[in-house]
Amino acid sequence: MTGDLPLWVTIPGTLLLVTGGLVTLIGSLGLLRLPDFYARMHGPSMGTTIGTATVLLASLLVSSAATGRPVIHELLLTVLVVMSAPVSSMTLLKAARHRAVQRLK
Amino acid sequence: MSPATTLATVFANAVDFAQLCFAIAMLFATVRLVRGPAAQDRVLALDTLHVNGMLTLLTLGIRSQSTAYFDMALLIALFGFVGTLALARFLLRSEVIEP
Repeated sequence: MTGDLPLWVTIPGTLLLVTGGLVTLIGSLGLLRLPDFYARMHGPSMGTTIGTATVLLASLLVSSAATGRPVIHELLLTVLVVMSAPVSSMTLLKAARHRAVQRLK
Repeated sequence: MSPATTLATVFANAVDFAQLCFAIAMLFATVRLVRGPAAQDRVLALDTLHVNGMLTLLTLGIRSQSTAYFDMALLIALFGFVGTLALARFLLRSEVIEP
């Protein structure tokens, strides 16, 4: 399966995948365990930023080594996630604040 | 066993580890989705769930070295963003599209 990958893929790929998996897991644990909604907003954004960046970089390395030429179409997904994650989290935060204010009235 | 073969085995184990981490993260997000006290907690849990699903598809693509999984990950990212945005707009204004 992955027996023919060169060294410049396996060593950084291992580090990137382990880092991304652990960071995403810690972020989702924060989503489960933190006490407040505004605190819970912080956890999953770790997975959205660092997790996506590391896994996309590892995928870029592996597909570049597998096809034998530089593959950059993973950058498309990076651009999409970078542009969409702040928009959705800011809209969600605004909605939560709006609901809290409406409940106080 | 040569060092390159050993490192390839370590890399395959790293892919397994990352997939296990994403699966446990999706489990946590599902628990928050079911339990969540307010509606915005559920929307946030759904957002986490689709990001983790996208990362799982990317690791599947790394494992099988095919580009078909990348297109699925792109579609999940796109539709997940639109869904989260629509739900957040609904919580903010009580309607998705302004009249």
